[in-house]
Amino acid sequence: MRGERGFPLRVKFSKHGKVRFVGHRDVARAFERAFRIVSLPIGFTQGFSPRPRVSFGLALSVGHESDAEYLDVELAEPIDADVSQLLTDALPEGIAVVGTAALADRAPALQEAVTAVEWEIEVTGADGSAPASLAVARLVATAMAEPSLRITRTRKGREAVEDIRPAVRRLEVLGATEHGVRLGVEVSTHPVSVRPGELLAALGGDLTGWRVLRTGQWIERGGARLEPLAADPRSAVEARAS
Amino acid sequence: MSSLWPRIEPLLARVEKPARYIGMERGSRQPVHRPDAVAWLLVYPDTYEIGLPNQGLQILYEILNERRDAVAERSYAPWLDLEGEMREASVPFFSVDTHRPAADFDIVAFNLSAELVYTNLLNCLDLAGIPVRAEARDDESPIVLAGGHCAFNPEPLADFVDAFVIGDGEEPVGEITEVVNAWKRGGRVGGREAVLHDLATIPGVYVPSMYEVEYDGAFIRAVTPRYADVPAIVDKRTVADLADWPYPKQQLVPLIEVVHDRLNVEIFRGCTRGCRFCQAGMITRPVRERPAGQVRSMVESGLQRTGYDEVALTSLSSADYSGIDTLVGDLINEQSGCGNVGLSLPSLRVDAFTVGVASQIQKVRRTGLTFAPEGGSWRIRQVINKLITEEDLYTAVDAAFSQGWRRVKLYFLVGLPTEMDEDTLGIAELARQVVKVGRKHTKQASCTVSVGGFVPKPHTPFQWFGQNGSQELQRKIWLLRDDLKRTQAKVKWHDPEATFVEGLASRGDRRIGRVIERVWRAGGTFQEWSEHFRLDRWSEAMAAEGLDPDWYVTRHRTQDEILPWDHIAAGLHKDFLWQDWQAALAEHGLPDCRWTPCYDCGVCTDYALEHIVASPVPPAGGSQGTGQDLSHGHTVPVELVERRPSAVTEEATVPS
Repeated sequence: MRGERGFPLRVKFSKHGKVRFVGHRDVARAFERAFRIVSLPIGFTQGFSPRPRVSFGLALSVGHESDAEYLDVELAEPIDADVSQLLTDALPEGIAVVGTAALADRAPALQEAVTAVEWEIEVTGADGSAPASLAVARLVATAMAEPSLRITRTRKGREAVEDIRPAVRRLEVLGATEHGVRLGVEVSTHPVSVRPGELLAALGGDLTGWRVLRTGQWIERGGARLEPLAADPRSAVEARAS
Repeated sequence: MSSLWPRIEPLLARVEKPARYIGMERGSRQPVHRPDAVAWLLVYPDTYEIGLPNQGLQILYEILNERRDAVAERSYAPWLDLEGEMREASVPFFSVDTHRPAADFDIVAFNLSAELVYTNLLNCLDLAGIPVRAEARDDESPIVLAGGHCAFNPEPLADFVDAFVIGDGEEPVGEITEVVNAWKRGGRVGGREAVLHDLATIPGVYVPSMYEVEYDGAFIRAVTPRYADVPAIVDKRTVADLADWPYPKQQLVPLIEVVHDRLNVEIFRGCTRGCRFCQAGMITRPVRERPAGQVRSMVESGLQRTGYDEVALTSLSSADYSGIDTLVGDLINEQSGCGNVGLSLPSLRVDAFTVGVASQIQKVRRTGLTFAPEGGSWRIRQVINKLITEEDLYTAVDAAFSQGWRRVKLYFLVGLPTEMDEDTLGIAELARQVVKVGRKHTKQASCTVSVGGFVPKPHTPFQWFGQNGSQELQRKIWLLRDDLKRTQAKVKWHDPEATFVEGLASRGDRRIGRVIERVWRAGGTFQEWSEHFRLDRWSEAMAAEGLDPDWYVTRHRTQDEILPWDHIAAGLHKDFLWQDWQAALAEHGLPDCRWTPCYDCGVCTDYALEHIVASPVPPAGGSQGTGQDLSHGHTVPVELVERRPSAVTEEATVPS
């Protein structure tokens, strides 16, 4: 039986340069326009205000760049051609579709499925000055040696102290750059997640993320570590049924 | 120096909505500047979200970039947070397309759509490092231009703007380019005075420094050109046929949400309904319709190129377009494969025909429909020449609610000439009746009444009228609000104090320039944003300049007075406007001249223009002022009358 909601397609895209100042919701709207420009056969919700059936993965903060963003879109009919280049041409400069994959019916949603995220963060001092690599390395070593890293979060108007240490899987100095020092980071998204800015705050030393780049997202399931495009492929059976 | 981007980028990390400043919209250009091309910076002196959709600016942006001898970029007023960062980091005002300093352009041209942005214009110049006063600029300073509807009274900005373009800009921007290019390439012979003098000889271009203003006490005695070849009266420019100008061809698609965020296709320019309060209708005559085939192809290619799912057919009164119902039907049928594309018609007329067209296009999402009766009684609507009968309104509203709309929004003006409290309370009565009509169809029926204070505008029959003071406007608004308490009608209104300042700038003369400068120096930018508007800044500035606000705002002008904008012509004879003003006071309505004999307002005859209208007959459906019997304008449909007062109501049933 064919999926009631049509033919899901997972789209992987990157976001670099000036366009990083465009927020998540506006990127979503740019995709909706791009789908119409390339006449992708999008499925729509029912009701008085039909909306295209598009669901986005983890939000990317305004100002951050990414090599690996994802969205799932439901198509009303299957497509054969690779639409990556067509979509890239229809999207704002700086957003590029780097791959697509037909998804299995009822594949788990990205927001739930993604369990780990990797970042590269180029840090400077708060005043824009370049800190010494050694000083940053010491902060990193100290933080990673701590059993807990507490930060204050505001949730629903209430302040709460939370420990982000369990979410930090990897934190290392990759080297010095023109403006500062580059850090390599991997964090988990469940049950606690941590944003790059929160991580820098927990490190201390008054560091600012001058360039924050998401380099990867991972779906970990049953001992396997899967790139989201490869996680839930449409099977040959499903493809034939369609 | 070319791009300031490396210096702007760190600032953007610290401001709200940084995408306002990055450019890169679909349709935008990153032109390569060349010594043989005149560089234009087109500025909308308000936020990006308000300025980006401006069609006038987008049209000129395309036309200029298509020329071999010009390049054009855009900019918008930076919000206060970025302005603070820029001043601290000494980053000047920049273009959003290639992030070039504004002072590096040959021409900085402002779009003036509203008077309350005037202080922002000064702020943009100052932030650019360009002397705010025109007299302080040297040969290297950019030439500061302004255009748009507010340019029809340029005098309040005469100290700051080198040259104004009056009327449609499509043609004069090319002529200005040629004059500036010749001056630049000829080694700037004669200096700034020479190029400004040359600009002043282009039809439709007004250079304030080429004119002497003499005063007789508070009054103007004469405005005289300083050179024989500078015209005593500057006539507006008018594009004769919109079909020759199918712009914008590549409407900009913003990356963040803006107002009017949709494809906009202008279906006609000009309006001859003759509403006496409406400056736009008066100064954009005659009516020039775009051919239906061109509208269809602009819609089709625009949707395909932009990916928008909504298109608006824009004009001053879109239901007046010849064969609008056919056009709308064709557009809906042609939209195959586009998915759910919505069509909208802003500026709707008030009648059942219009609702029929609206229901044709709005198959889903029938939530709110907006009408603008403007006046609360038939008497006042004849004064303002908005000839909407009660019957028009109730049949329109009945049609709307019966076809699934649940909310009706009504626009009104208060402070109109000859207005009495019964006219103001008439607004409340209309709103109550509208709710009553709606209740026949749905329990959710609601009505929002939006009230604006009337500001008399130059080049209208009401240009002589003394505006209501802010206390009087507030009293009327509260009168209305109190009368509608505990009803299903909600009242919203504009701040009467801001209306007062709008009046000051609308009909001000050159002396108001110093007031604008003082308000700007005191930090008064973004004055159309209620959270930044403060009347006391304006009152203090007026006092410091020794000027009486009431003399400018609430005083009735006399027929023989020289008005500050009399040397700017929109084509309307002053005699015609005065006669129309007298007709208004006599409560006499004047039908639309598209379908009735010419009143000789002056525009067509003086400029050898004609209306370009596809249909020789007025639109169907009891539309206002097109030959219907105007003696029954106040008649209320029979079922809405509380106690039937017998004979009069017999003929007043709703036509089905």
